[in-house]
Amino acid sequence: MAADLTIILPEILLAVFAMLGLMAAVYTSKDGLASALLWATAAIFLAVAAWIGFTGEGTNIAFNGMFVDDAFSRFAKVVILVSAAAVLLMSEAYMSSRGILRFEYPVLVVLAVVGMMMMVSAGDLMALYMGLELQSLALYVVASLRRDSAKSTEAGLKYFVLGALSSGLLLYGASLVYGYAGTTLFSGIVQVAEEGVSLGLLFGLVFLMAGFAFKVSAVPFHMWTPDVYEGSPTPITAFFATAPKVAAMALFARVMHDAFGGAVADWQQIMALLSVLSMFLGAFAAIGQTNIKRLMAFSSIAHMGYALMGLAAGTVLGVQAMLVYMAIYVTMNVGTFAFILMMEKDGQPVTDIGALNMYAKREPGKALAMLILLFSLAGVPPMLGFFGKLYVLRAAYEAGLIWLAVAGVIASVIGAYYYLRIVFFMYFGEEPEKGLNGGKSVILGVMLMGSAAVMVFGIVNMFGVEGAAAMAAQTLVN
Amino acid sequence: MDNLLSIVTFMPAVAALILAVFLRGEDEAANRNAKWVAMATTSITFVVSLFILFGFDAGDTGFQFVEEGAWIMGLSYKMGVDGISVLFVMLTTFMMPLVIAASWNVETRVKEYMIAFLMLETLMLGVFMALDLVLFYLFFEAGLIPMFLIIGIWGGANRIYASFKFFLYTFLGSVLMLVAMVGMYANAGTTDIEQLLVHNFSFETFEVLGVQVIGGLQTLLFLAFFASFAVKMPMWPVHTWLPDAHVQAPTAGSVVLAAILLKLGGYGFIRFSLPMFPVGAEVLTPLVLWMSAIAIVYTSLVALVQEDMKKLIAYSSVAHMGFVTMGIFAANQQGVDGAIFQMLSHGFISGALFLCVGVIYDRMHTREIDAYGGLVNRMPAYALIFMLFTMANVGLPGTSGFVGEFLTLMAVFQVNTWVALVATSGVIFSAAYALWLYRRVVMGDLIKESLKSITDMTRREKAIFAPLVVMTILLGVYPALILDITGPSVAALVSNYDTALAAAEAATQLAAN
Repeated sequence: MAADLTIILPEILLAVFAMLGLMAAVYTSKDGLASALLWATAAIFLAVAAWIGFTGEGTNIAFNGMFVDDAFSRFAKVVILVSAAAVLLMSEAYMSSRGILRFEYPVLVVLAVVGMMMMVSAGDLMALYMGLELQSLALYVVASLRRDSAKSTEAGLKYFVLGALSSGLLLYGASLVYGYAGTTLFSGIVQVAEEGVSLGLLFGLVFLMAGFAFKVSAVPFHMWTPDVYEGSPTPITAFFATAPKVAAMALFARVMHDAFGGAVADWQQIMALLSVLSMFLGAFAAIGQTNIKRLMAFSSIAHMGYALMGLAAGTVLGVQAMLVYMAIYVTMNVGTFAFILMMEKDGQPVTDIGALNMYAKREPGKALAMLILLFSLAGVPPMLGFFGKLYVLRAAYEAGLIWLAVAGVIASVIGAYYYLRIVFFMYFGEEPEKGLNGGKSVILGVMLMGSAAVMVFGIVNMFGVEGAAAMAAQTLVN
Repeated sequence: MDNLLSIVTFMPAVAALILAVFLRGEDEAANRNAKWVAMATTSITFVVSLFILFGFDAGDTGFQFVEEGAWIMGLSYKMGVDGISVLFVMLTTFMMPLVIAASWNVETRVKEYMIAFLMLETLMLGVFMALDLVLFYLFFEAGLIPMFLIIGIWGGANRIYASFKFFLYTFLGSVLMLVAMVGMYANAGTTDIEQLLVHNFSFETFEVLGVQVIGGLQTLLFLAFFASFAVKMPMWPVHTWLPDAHVQAPTAGSVVLAAILLKLGGYGFIRFSLPMFPVGAEVLTPLVLWMSAIAIVYTSLVALVQEDMKKLIAYSSVAHMGFVTMGIFAANQQGVDGAIFQMLSHGFISGALFLCVGVIYDRMHTREIDAYGGLVNRMPAYALIFMLFTMANVGLPGTSGFVGEFLTLMAVFQVNTWVALVATSGVIFSAAYALWLYRRVVMGDLIKESLKSITDMTRREKAIFAPLVVMTILLGVYPALILDITGPSVAALVSNYDTALAAAEAATQLAAN
């Protein structure tokens, strides 16, 4: 028992921190404490990330296999924690200047992160569901953080209804799997599945996958994404675009390999289909968008398609490719959203990309950083985003999914168009009468520049992410 | 100096970085500094690159000055030059100072302009030196970004359309090559170009979606690479991005595009398509030869009816690139030698022609042919230089234009007489459009009121043309300067190609028995 508790110590610590923060804020000055709490949260995220990243070793199993701490979960956790910390730091200025920096915000983010950490470490369908719901419930609330805005509450409600639906699907799938496999433990399911996937088990698998597809916003379960991205306050959107995506994708990989690793042929086609649909819908639907947050929503759908391409390979290389892709994706999104947060005119946030007209003339440095990020998002070499794509392409090709690789590169050309359109506004547009004049925040500037620098200089050695991802994938797939 | 190639490649990038970080302000002094930094960097790069040329041993057909280091994803950072690529490196470093000098009149966003060109130089040099597939692709594709910006920011009235078309067209062409590269990596287990050159990709016929693919994997890989290089080249019928890009690009952009970027496709054919997929190349050679012949005749005719000078020269570039592909796929010594020669010579000539257009565009701000006439009366020096390059473009013996055309035609005559016949008629057409252009712009009486006060070339402009004039004539009268360097490498390439084909033939025979 004590050994079990040591293994989940990071999660316990964060949960206790959330409770303490909540109580402290309730009993003292309420929102006055929010800023301090936010900084403390970011600090503790980074500390826990360093702790997990540097000291974690081997594969440790707690609670009879319900909770697994291995290289794979540690990789995902570090990415989740670091990106959540980055997003928290980015949100402070934006939220406090708009009076929506409530103390609940950091607390809810901590709870969501604990949920995500549970998700990626789940070794059992029950643990999985628990983590997933903890995460989702916290996210529903932060989506509607701006209580007086109809759009924000609408976003929260939409997210809640569709999220509940997807949880229902997932739960139904889980119960089917339990019924036909006789166990909720992944290690048990994998043994049953290896002997052949019965029709009932297959049904369960499909429902599970539908539920996960909702969470990673893969087509055809993506409908909530643009509305929620648009309606939520921008820092929350940034959060949605990063940590939960990593968690859901890692969970997806975990279930597919830990529980159904012997039945790759049964889910590979579904995965490939989700991937190709996401890539193309993301590419086409973003073309018509003028709201940069909606555009990023479709962009994230397309990116999930590429990450799923890695998963569809069903190999070690595939999982490794997915992990590398997600790490790069998260870094790019942090930078891009830092930029979006800086888009304001006279203190009001602006999301219309037309407002970026000739931005490069007034802010050459930021425009250049954004240019790098956009080309990286489009997957144009030499940016790091290209290597993410190369990774998944290679995984898909070596798994024999050549058609998927070809579809992927064609979708990336279509996708390049809308990224170029933003470049077009920033560099080739016409001088507006009154341009954007916000964006003086130092933190946002650092995030934007840092992320752009990573995209350029990361190609030298990827900062060692590659090796860590390889180790993580190795432990997951065997 | 063990890393001479890396120094040459990355020197412009470092200068660009320094400009980006340290140069502040938009005033006169900042602009002047940006220009001088760019000028100094490109000149020093050229001087340093001379060490490559002089240290190069033409007798050695392998790669020289090789640098190698481990990189991510099991790839390697490997650079090197051989007889085929070394002269393209020299062409690039030679042209860049001229390009910068030709941009001296740029006044808007000078710093960004110089950064874009310096980055472009690094990327172009990298393409010619890369000895790793992915490294090659990286440089090859990344070049789109600065060019996209150059056309889009400093281009003409319709620059937005042209820049998007340029980017998406060439990007679409290249991504299939990326998949093919991934396939080669999976198949051969390496991305090292040196090893891939001796790797035999399978050529057994198989079926894809019910279609028999003769030459199997090699043909598919060839087609994927072909999609990319044909667009880059550009070959008929995927050349339509080029006239748009040329017309809208600023003068210096056009020069870089014509002189260097167009050579990437031809270089790719020689480096990858021919030696790595000989069976695939053999299967598709008739198609490529006929496409080249059509390109030569068709685009020459199109050039005849152009009213915009830059568009005319752009179409003439497509026609000249037709000779290049024809020579490459004749796949004999004269053909490949001639193709390389033609590319280098076209680099000087078309670059010079775009500069010629730039000279009068700077004065009159129009490229309409009808807006000119009788320039010889006020601009004798200009008339002389324009005439020289017009003649070189036509392929007059004594200029470098003749050697390339003659060698490629002779080569293709040995392979396919009909193609040679059709292509030779293109030489006549090219004389027609080039001379007619010259006649309309330069000759006759100076009657247009607006031209009455036009001034002849300045000393700066003459200085830009001087090296080009020297090269064009020097290579025209003494082509051995180039052929001595390319010869041994090309001979090795051609003999490997023939051996590979013979081996494939024998293997097929064996399987049939």
